[in-house]
Amino acid sequence: MSQDSQVIAEHTSESAHTGHPTPLTYFKVAMVLSIITAIEVGVFYLEFVGWGIIPILVLLSAAKFLLVAMYYMHLKFDDRIFSTMFVAGLVVASGVVLALMALFSFFNS
Amino acid sequence: MAQATITEHGEHEPTTTGLNHRKMLMWAFLGSDCMFFGSLIATYLVYKNKSLAGPIPEDVFSILLTSVSTFVLLMSSMSMVLAYAALTRGRMKTFRIWLASTIIMGATFVGFQVFEFHAFVNHEVVVECDHINPADLTPVELEVSAGCVDGVHEVEKVVGLTPKTNLFGSTFFTLTGFHGAHVTLGLIWLTSLFLLSFKKGMVTPEKNLDVDLAALYWHFVDVVWIIIFTVVYLFGVFPGF
Repeated sequence: MSQDSQVIAEHTSESAHTGHPTPLTYFKVAMVLSIITAIEVGVFYLEFVGWGIIPILVLLSAAKFLLVAMYYMHLKFDDRIFSTMFVAGLVVASGVVLALMALFSFFNS
Repeated sequence: MAQATITEHGEHEPTTTGLNHRKMLMWAFLGSDCMFFGSLIATYLVYKNKSLAGPIPEDVFSILLTSVSTFVLLMSSMSMVLAYAALTRGRMKTFRIWLASTIIMGATFVGFQVFEFHAFVNHEVVVECDHINPADLTPVELEVSAGCVDGVHEVEKVVGLTPKTNLFGSTFFTLTGFHGAHVTLGLIWLTSLFLLSFKKGMVTPEKNLDVDLAALYWHFVDVVWIIIFTVVYLFGVFPGF
């Protein structure tokens, strides 16, 4: 019996059994990530956007970050402790970034 | 016919949280790596526009090229998660195909980075002397344009960007260099998993945590690049930022 046929999921739905997305979902997420990247580059070349490009790019990047973290890294489906550990590091990192920028007068220049 | 339940994370010894220690350790490491890259990104931002001489982002960055490499890395994340999904389903051949795809795309990304670094080090500034508008030139181009004397139509000069050139060079190469090192280590890890998968009993659906940990690391590397692409490249060439 081949190795592939030896292991059979108990439930008909892979998602229901493991609580994790199906390959089709992963593919859809990849398409969304590609579209967001294309939008980022497209918006970048629109001159009329001006300084509004900064919040737009920040939001688009945050969306990509969340999609990868929640679906590919399975944070959405795993125990909350993992999310807490990751977000804690993120919060500290963001704080360090903002603090250093303020310390060196980035916002005043 | 034997039936086996595929546990998503495999069996592990009892723990106080009920969670696998190795997975907890990986997430703790990723949290700490966030802080590591956060400090490097902060340093880049703090020293931005403070270089006294030498190339600046507008001189060297190619957004088109970096967009392509970003897309490649994003797709490698997709192939990595599909490899893991195939492993949990017991589809070893599919697992190896997707893992090999991840390795190839990751290596392609590193190739893009090597090409980019090489281009930066050997960056050539070309100024066409006819109809020069100084307001449109970057400081480096202005400096090179000093060679536009009577009878000269075009001036070329190699003004490379290295970690020693200026603050932009130091912070850029440190940040992207460390990211590239992370990607390279990830490639070594994934390649070892790929090779081990051919040895009986080393990579199995029951031991899927080994691949899960590598996948988490790989996705983190991708996530960091998402931030670097926006903050360093896109914001980098945005006028006035």
